[in-house]
Order: sequence, then structure tokens, then C-alpha cells
Amino acid sequence: MTRTQLADRAKNLVQQPWGLWSMQAQRLTRIELRRNLFSWRAAWIYGLAFIPTLIIFIHLVVDTHPSFAMSEDTNILAGIVQLYYIRLGVFFGCLGIFSRLIRGEMIERSLHFYLLSPVRREVLLLAKFAAGSISAVSLFASAIVADFALMYAGFGAAGRDYIFNGPGMGQLEAYLLIVVLACLGYGAVFLLLSMMFGNPTPAAMLALGWETINPVLPSLLQKISVASYLRHLMPVSVSSDGIFALLTVETEPVSGWAAAAGLLALIAIVLTYSCYRIRKLEIRYSTE
Amino acid sequence: MSDRIIFEDVSKFYGEVLGVNRISLSIPPGITTLVGPNGAGKTTIMNLMTGLVQPSNGHISVLGLSPADQLELFSILGYCTQFDFFPRGLTGWQFILDSLMLHGMEKDLAEDLAAQAIDRVQLGDAAGRKIAGYSKGMRQKIRLAQAIAHHPRVLVLDEPLNGLDPMARAESISLFQELGRQGMHVLISSHILDEVDRISDRVILITGGYLIAEGNIHQVRKEVHEKPMQVLIRCDHPEVLASRMFAINHCVEARLHADGKGVFLRTADIDQFYSMLNRIAAEGLVKIDAVAPADDDANAIYQYLIGTDGSPS
Repeated sequence: MTRTQLADRAKNLVQQPWGLWSMQAQRLTRIELRRNLFSWRAAWIYGLAFIPTLIIFIHLVVDTHPSFAMSEDTNILAGIVQLYYIRLGVFFGCLGIFSRLIRGEMIERSLHFYLLSPVRREVLLLAKFAAGSISAVSLFASAIVADFALMYAGFGAAGRDYIFNGPGMGQLEAYLLIVVLACLGYGAVFLLLSMMFGNPTPAAMLALGWETINPVLPSLLQKISVASYLRHLMPVSVSSDGIFALLTVETEPVSGWAAAAGLLALIAIVLTYSCYRIRKLEIRYSTE
Repeated sequence: MSDRIIFEDVSKFYGEVLGVNRISLSIPPGITTLVGPNGAGKTTIMNLMTGLVQPSNGHISVLGLSPADQLELFSILGYCTQFDFFPRGLTGWQFILDSLMLHGMEKDLAEDLAAQAIDRVQLGDAAGRKIAGYSKGMRQKIRLAQAIAHHPRVLVLDEPLNGLDPMARAESISLFQELGRQGMHVLISSHILDEVDRISDRVILITGGYLIAEGNIHQVRKEVHEKPMQVLIRCDHPEVLASRMFAINHCVEARLHADGKGVFLRTADIDQFYSMLNRIAAEGLVKIDAVAPADDDANAIYQYLIGTDGSPS
């Protein structure tokens, strides 16, 4: 194909931008998934996701499972989701995944290859966000499903009945929704922080502090928190006595759909600002 | 669509540090070389025209397109940066293919173009190996292949000869010349002045962020009035020629060639000088074998205008 033919072809593609953007976003997402999901550098995030699974597996093998203990195990699982996954696992997993998407490439000095391709920077950012979200959701949702299955496997027929005829399946769906929203919410925040700061970790620690003190803040400020929205989606409430009171979130009561919509709106705002930041981004690796 | 790369009064400050100051350029097709010492602003000019950095002031247009028009600009522009880093874990082939697929190409077309580009830089079988295992010269080649793979109309090359062995250097220069002859804009930054002479249709001299001179090397040399031009004349009686030239007051300096069969003469008025030389030759006092400018090259211009310390002289 000659230069003129290629130029005409490119001109035609530019005239149908949505088709081109979609094609480019898919390609970028695939490239990013190859780097994120299947790399040794991501091994610690696998560990983060599956540590509770290992513990629950040991509990399954070692402990007995009388049917009266099922409600206690249900509470423990709710605690694991709220106290471990939302507060620690998904938080730090997303920090690892999403802060590498842009900042990692700046540190490795390879971001310019994408900025020098005929891809709108907003498409690049959203494709990277999509890839990060797919990576994080795949890992943590698999871990939650495994945790759930192992937690009730020891109860035999009673466990199966709880899942398929009782509230079990609804709880699993709620946990999966929570994990998906947590990955999207923290992911959007960490992607933005990674563009604002050379080292996003101190900012992420501040975000963790913010999430922790959020319940005692005025209701308007509570809306700027990922965990506070997720609290309203929890299918099983976790006791907030003693030390757990520091980690659980008590906020004004909000309906589930309002919490999900609120969090999605927060994600949209953060991503819109991230798109503005990437449009203004300059490549000056020497200052990284 | 304009056929020029245009900088209108462009300045770039990195905080309080000057990148370039009030640069105005109009670059036609052909090979243009940016020449200047380290930190002169060559890479800043290239990064400005590709949108990697944004100007603090002024306006840039590349064949009528703004650097912010990424979709259109990077369909017609390839930039081989001097950053010697690559996306992790890729082979040379994957690197070129990924890059072409981002242009929205079908896989077959992208594979054809990738193969052509790899062939053109003569990387051959190494394309199937991981870039992490490449030598510096091979990495330079794969970057060049990526920049030319989509058949751009504008090719920007930041120090493209760094790390290449003499053979690869000659091949690259020949490729640039071929692209220049095809009517492409080839903008090269280089500090290898001998090669600048060989490949450039025109030069842009820059130092400390300021534009010092631009144009055809010979035109730029002519404009440097305060440095008399030096001409080497090969003849049978160089000392006679030198004395005759001094007698008619057109020389400011004469130096015999080491082999005694020529003389370097400096003159403040080159046109008058050549007319006098014709007269002397016609008189039959000396037999002139060859006449060639001795300081009409990028190296001399660099020395005269920028000097060895990098500051304008």
C-alpha cells in the first residue's frame, strides 16, 4: 500500500471516529491486560486477593462445620469482605494495578510510544482504566467466589440449601457488586493520583486515612469516599464493636441503588478530571 | 494543506528554566538538521512539534495540523525519540505490530507494513527476539522501523545515528536521503557534524534555546560576514598565488597546505575573490588544479556561530 493510499485510509478512519476509538480502545486494553494480568510483577496482587481464600480453605479442612455455625461463618465472610477486601485487599491491589498504568509507564519511560500514536489521549486513559478494572475485578471477584464456595462447602447439603434456596446467592451477588464498584472506585482514584503525584503512595495513604475518618465527617464530605457508598450495599451488617469499630463504616442510611449511583457519579467525575489531566500531560522523563 | 512545518514565535519554559525562546521557523520538505550543543533545545523543538510538551507561547503547525490533533497528526508523522526505553516484554515484531494496530489497521495490513519496516532497517531475524536482549544499535533500528512503518510524510529523528556501527550508520543515512528525495519532511537532530554535511538540505543552528541561524549550509556560511571565508586552491605555485592575492588586497590570511601543493586563502569578499582568481589563472602565472571552499560546512558554521563552549560567538 502506498503512502497516499495509507493517508486516504487514515483520513477515512478519522471521519468515523467512534469506530476507530473503539478499535483502538480494544487494542490498548488487550496490550495492557497482557502486561497487568499475566506478569510476575503482579504476583503480589494475586497473593493479596487469595490470602483469605487460603485461610478459609484451611478452616474448611481443619475445622468441623456443624450447621449452627453457619450464621457465624456468614458474619465472618461479611467481615472479610468489608474489613479485609474493601479496606485492604482491593485498596492496595488497585493501588498496585492502577498507579502503574500511567505513572509506571512514565517511570519505565515508555509512555511516549502511546502518546505518539494516533490515539486520543482520553481513549488511551479510558482503555487503560478498562484494562486495570478488568484485571482487578477478575482477581478479586474470583477470590470472593472462591471464598464463598469454600466457606459453605463444609456444611454439605445445608450449605447448598443456604446458597441456592436461601439468602446465599443474593449475598454473593451483593459481594460481587461491591467488589466491582470498589475496583472501579479505587481504580479511578488511584489512576488520578498517579497522574498528580510522582509517587502516589503517600497520597494513597492519605486516601486510606480519609476513608477511615470519613464516618465522623459531615454528611457532605462522606459523599467523597468509596467505602461509605459500599457500606450501604453490604448484605450482612458487620458488628462494629471494639477494634472493628475503627474499620467499619457507619454513615447516614442510603438506599442501595442511590449508593451505587452515587459511587458511579463519583467515578465519572474522577475520570473526567483524569481525562483533562492526561490532555495536559507532558513527557519530561528527566523530572520523574 | 500546507507543506511546511511552522513555528511562530514559540517559547517553552520548564518552570523557570528556558527550553526554547521565541523560535520562528518555516521548514519545507527535504532533510533538515537541528544542530546545537547538549541542552540547546533540539529535543524541545521536536517534542513541541509532536505535542509531547506544550508551548508556553506561540503557535505550531505541522503541514497545517496542530500537535493537539493527535488522530490526524500521528497518521502522517513518525517520531523516533532518543528515549532508549520500550514497553516491557515485547519482541521487536510485537512492538511494531502493536504500534501499527493502534492506527486502526487490520492485522494483515499491519503485518505487511511491519515486515516492510523491519526489512528496511535490516533487522531481519532479530525482530522475533525480545527487545530487552537487543544491542543499542538494534534498539535504535527498531525505533526507526516503528517511526517509518506507517509511511509517514513527516519523520522526526532525535539523534538517530547514536549507537550505530559505521555500516548501520551509512545504511541509515542512505535511508534518510532516499526518504528526503521522496519529498518527505525529515527533521534530524545530530551533533555529528560531518554527517550533517552529507545528509542535510538545510540546517537549523540553535544554542541555549535561541535560534542562531537557519537555511542551506552554504547560504548560512555566506551570511557569516565577520568570519572571512576560507578557500583551498590546489596549484603548482601556491606561494606565488598567495602573494598575488595579497597584492590585490583580497586576502586576509594565507596558509600553505601541508603537502606544499595548495594554499588556504581567507577572503572577506568571496565573489570578488573568485573573479580575481580567474584573472590570475588567465595570466598563466599559476596552474590551478582545484578550488574548494574549506570552511563552507556545518562544522565551520558551528564553530563560528556557536563555538566550542556552546555559547553563541
